[in-house]
Amino acid sequence: MTYLLGILQTIGVHTLLGLSAYLLLLTGQLSLAQVGFFAIGAYVSGILTVIFSWNIFAALALGSLMAGFFAFLVGFPALRVKGLMLVVATISFSEIVRLFFFNLSWRVNVNGVEVGPDSTQGFREIRYFAANGWEQIHIVGLIWFVVMVVMLALWWLDQVRAGAVLRAVGTDELAAQSSGINLTMVKVAAMTGGGVIAGIGGGLFAHSTTYVDHHTFVILLATFAVSYPIIGGLRSVIGTLLAVIFIQGFIIEGLRFMGDYRNLIFGLLIILVMNMRPQGLLDGHLVADIRKLLAKLTKGGKADA
Amino acid sequence: MLEVRNLVKHFGGVRAVDGLDFKIQQGEVFGLIGPNGSGKSTTVNLVCGVFAPTDGEILLDGIDLGAIAPHNRVDAGVARTFQNIRLFSELTVWQNLWVAWRDQPGQEQGWVSNWFGRSPARRQEIQKLLEFSGLGDKADHLAGNLAFGEQRRLELARAMASKPKLILLDEPAAGMNSAEIKDLCQRVLAMKEMGMTVLLVEHVMELVMNVTDRITVLNFGKPIAQGTPIEIQNNKLVQEAYFGSAENAHGGVS
Repeated sequence: MTYLLGILQTIGVHTLLGLSAYLLLLTGQLSLAQVGFFAIGAYVSGILTVIFSWNIFAALALGSLMAGFFAFLVGFPALRVKGLMLVVATISFSEIVRLFFFNLSWRVNVNGVEVGPDSTQGFREIRYFAANGWEQIHIVGLIWFVVMVVMLALWWLDQVRAGAVLRAVGTDELAAQSSGINLTMVKVAAMTGGGVIAGIGGGLFAHSTTYVDHHTFVILLATFAVSYPIIGGLRSVIGTLLAVIFIQGFIIEGLRFMGDYRNLIFGLLIILVMNMRPQGLLDGHLVADIRKLLAKLTKGGKADA
Repeated sequence: MLEVRNLVKHFGGVRAVDGLDFKIQQGEVFGLIGPNGSGKSTTVNLVCGVFAPTDGEILLDGIDLGAIAPHNRVDAGVARTFQNIRLFSELTVWQNLWVAWRDQPGQEQGWVSNWFGRSPARRQEIQKLLEFSGLGDKADHLAGNLAFGEQRRLELARAMASKPKLILLDEPAAGMNSAEIKDLCQRVLAMKEMGMTVLLVEHVMELVMNVTDRITVLNFGKPIAQGTPIEIQNNKLVQEAYFGSAENAHGGVS
């Protein structure tokens, strides 16, 4: 049970990372900065509950707002460049964040115990949940509640004009600009939203594992973050969730006996998807087919009744 | 309403547009024609801000467009179509118009409802424009799945969705058959009747000669003639620019 909850916990946190990259990918931008935002959310909310004894919800909120704020700041210079240059710029950002926390030593005496980020030793005292009587099932519940809220928000975004504008920018920047869309504003907004989502994911991650250090926030995690929406497809947020379940649940957990060879399979999977289903596994046609099938089924159901 | 003064655009050593002057009157359909590479599309790209001019001025109702960011030129009243169709192919037909949509002046929605609302009134307006464009029954189709002629019509509708004063049509008849060209003639004339001013860049003379009020002919980035369609057809310089000599002109221009 604990094992299963642990996997659910990982899948939930990774889904938030994936959704964070998904939002920016809608505008056609591939960013590896998500892990930097994730780290900011993790450390800031951790510091708030541990050193300042904040309530978890307030700490998560401020942690994700801080991540969003940095995403906003990074967005302006980073989104002026495209393609590979954007990848390089966002990798640099994530590395700067990682190295900052690698060097951050902020040890404080709280109730007779020394706590706080301890540079290379990591941040080891994030005990909010244990100290306040949360059980693992509650933590998993909180994570999945947040995942559901974010998925609903992104689904809703696709129902309003803002969502259409994001996809328009992702499809054809010149046509979008000629239709009166401020490309920089739209991309920075998507980056900021992605930062908020990654930030809250980072906060939940830090508190559910009780320990973070710089090893967690390497670029590999950022490649995972972008590969979920790429593999799952950009038609729907469900695609990202399915990709996380497949990769974390099956490739990483299910094939644990294969050890490090799993990373090979992960790489192979991305190459296969890019070549065989460039729109992702859950592409527009498949979504349309599923809709038609559902419509048929519901109509059939009514006819029977 | 649109005034272009001494417009110059160099790409490295190439003088794509080299001292172009013209004025378009309110409510007129103005043709810009010329052989391949004479600077027509570059002029469109300069007016809507894809390129910054090397020299010269572009004024819309007396306002210098050069000082306005490309995406804000739509709010200033300039919209365009592209030579090679550029739709938001993964959006539905009506969403394509939704992205470019501007409400009628005086009836603008607030910032929040503009971006995050789903106003049924606006949806109806969009549907009306789709009906006008002969796409009324395709509203929920993906734009990328439309037939070629429909895609052209949708691009035209998307340009109209922003309620422009001036609309730039960059070779709208390219690749069309003669029935489609006739239909396009009707549409351009209908746009004129609705009070829009049109700058038409085109090779297809059947369209140009039937809808334009005045024409400027470009050759190597310079204007070589200006006048009504009849005057242009009889202009020796134009015939030479297009056909090399006057003898062959008759068959081509009709």
